[in-house]
Amino acid sequence: MFDLASFLPRAVMQGIPLLYGSTGEILTEKSGNLNLGIPGVMYVGGICGVIGAFFYEQSTPAADMNAFLAIGIPMLCSLLGSLLMGLLYCLLTVTLRANQNVTGLALTTFGVGIGNFFGGSLIKLTDSEVPSIALSATSAYFSKSLNVGGWFGQVFLSYGFLAYLAIVIALFASYFLKHTRTGLHLRAVGESAATADAAGINVTKYKYLATCIGSMIAGLGGLYYVMDYACGVWSNNAFGDRGWLAIALVIFTIWRPNVSVLASILFGGFYILYIFIPTGTNLAIKELYKMLPYVVTLVVLIIVSLRKKREVQPPASLGLSYFREER
Amino acid sequence: MNKKQSLFHIAKRDTLPWYKAVLIRGGAIVLALIVCAIVTTLLTGENPIKVYSTILYGAFGTSRKSWVTFHNLAILLGISLAVTPAFKMRFWNIGAEGQVLIGCLATAACMICLGGKIPNGLLIVIMIVASVAAGALWGFLPGIFKAKWNTNETLFTLMMNYIATQLAAFFIIVWEVPKGSGKIGIINQNTEAGWLPVLGGQRYLLPILLVAILTGVMYIYLNYSKHGYEIAVVGESQRTASYAGIKVERVIVRTMILSGAICGLIGLLLTAGTDHTLTTTIVGGRGFTAVMVSWMAKFNPIMMIFTSLLIVVLSRGASEISSVFGLNHSFADILTGIILFFIIGSEFFITYKVSLRKGKKEA
Repeated sequence: MFDLASFLPRAVMQGIPLLYGSTGEILTEKSGNLNLGIPGVMYVGGICGVIGAFFYEQSTPAADMNAFLAIGIPMLCSLLGSLLMGLLYCLLTVTLRANQNVTGLALTTFGVGIGNFFGGSLIKLTDSEVPSIALSATSAYFSKSLNVGGWFGQVFLSYGFLAYLAIVIALFASYFLKHTRTGLHLRAVGESAATADAAGINVTKYKYLATCIGSMIAGLGGLYYVMDYACGVWSNNAFGDRGWLAIALVIFTIWRPNVSVLASILFGGFYILYIFIPTGTNLAIKELYKMLPYVVTLVVLIIVSLRKKREVQPPASLGLSYFREER
Repeated sequence: MNKKQSLFHIAKRDTLPWYKAVLIRGGAIVLALIVCAIVTTLLTGENPIKVYSTILYGAFGTSRKSWVTFHNLAILLGISLAVTPAFKMRFWNIGAEGQVLIGCLATAACMICLGGKIPNGLLIVIMIVASVAAGALWGFLPGIFKAKWNTNETLFTLMMNYIATQLAAFFIIVWEVPKGSGKIGIINQNTEAGWLPVLGGQRYLLPILLVAILTGVMYIYLNYSKHGYEIAVVGESQRTASYAGIKVERVIVRTMILSGAICGLIGLLLTAGTDHTLTTTIVGGRGFTAVMVSWMAKFNPIMMIFTSLLIVVLSRGASEISSVFGLNHSFADILTGIILFFIIGSEFFITYKVSLRKGKKEA
């Protein structure tokens, strides 16, 4: 029988990194920047957290570890790393007006490279037999949950604080985009930078801020994955294609972070559905189930473009850089 | 207007003499190599000159290494050539990864299902048709949706990549040899049915020659044919194109079919030409790298030879470094990333002129 009470928490845990990634990317795309570097940014966010935690664990015996520092150091490192990636993307696309697709793809190559390189170097430092680093002490702080028994506790209260933070950030981003003046300005920049500029909005500032903050949010997704979902174990390439799935989620939710909260759980569910559906000996079918999130996203993308409703379109100037003297 | 004036004045350049453009690009690459050297020294403590000579040794050190390098170059160049017509049309096809993989899948399907049942020559013809058709289909779908309903092609092709990957994963398990291994292994190892012929005793030679021909054909197609002209006009402005009587929708669909078909053909070269197997990672991210190769070369097929050479040498060299200095292979990605950033950044100085503002009088 299908075990919903154990399926749901796993779906949520799969969904949270996607939620971080998609919230960050929505914020970024609303400013007109299509940041295809998000997968790279999430890798960097993850590995920077790992590096921070690694050196803290090395310098302090597990008994003396301070909960505040054990969480604070990896988080700060992760935010800093992804901020730098965001800045790099902005420098190239906003200030130097480079092509966003190419810059994004380069950023992904670079970010994944950094993740795997430093991951590999740390693994060598530890001299361990298995090709991974285990930061169980730090992870324990990250994944500390309320631990209430019963199905209610299992479904709603069994996650580390970063999971709840993701939902808060997504809801806040949704409120920010829809109900604040700054959010309105940001959307204006993404729809038509020239019009926004004429209305006295500082286009460059908005693009920089939205992209950098978006990157930092996405980076937390990488951190959550390593510290909570993977129980503090970093192994190279384990993060996989979740970054691209986060970008798919952006389209799926039609650029709405509040929808993303539930949609990310749905995607997380798609991602692990193959484990829960009894297929008997036919293992090949499982591979087809893994296709689901992408097919569904594609269908949504097509339906959105068929309906041509104005509210559900991508930001109009998505992917274009803005140069004031070129109108 | 603004009280605060920015420090620099930026204006668009008209046209830059070619030698200046080359100078700027060359400068960017040199600068990038210097930064790479510094990063290498910081991360590994090795002498950067030694690292670079190791890179060159890894790429061209022995004749076998050179062959592999040139084969990798051919494959990457081929994929870059495939995506170029679409890019020239400003159609951001980042689905080359999937288009090549589906070509590999179609090839493998023919080899496995028909191998030994029909004459080898006929089999290879069927394989060519199948791989080209599969790639073309993977290009046609985003193309038709873009043309008819303006569906975002970047995201569409991105999703198609993963659909292709999962399809391949599905069939790998269906055809796995031996059962339960999750791998196909070498297809038709004993009969060699469906293997492309080996030219001059060197199995890498055929793909290299084919891609060399393709480079020339693509150069002529883009620069001297009516199709190429239409692609360029659509890329500059769809409105202008439709005023000039060019059927924009048809050009988009036709170009995407071409783009996908060439990708499918590269898939054939990979599976039937050299690897003789199918894995989900057989393309290995080259579909994405090709985007950057093509863009760095400004969509010029001849220039692409050099840009793809740069990437391939770095990547081959980095795997040599990783074994010599005990680093991991991802080091190549970091170096590639740094070089790309510099080249991407340098384009700005080619398109725009930057001058310091001269005090307040001008403001």
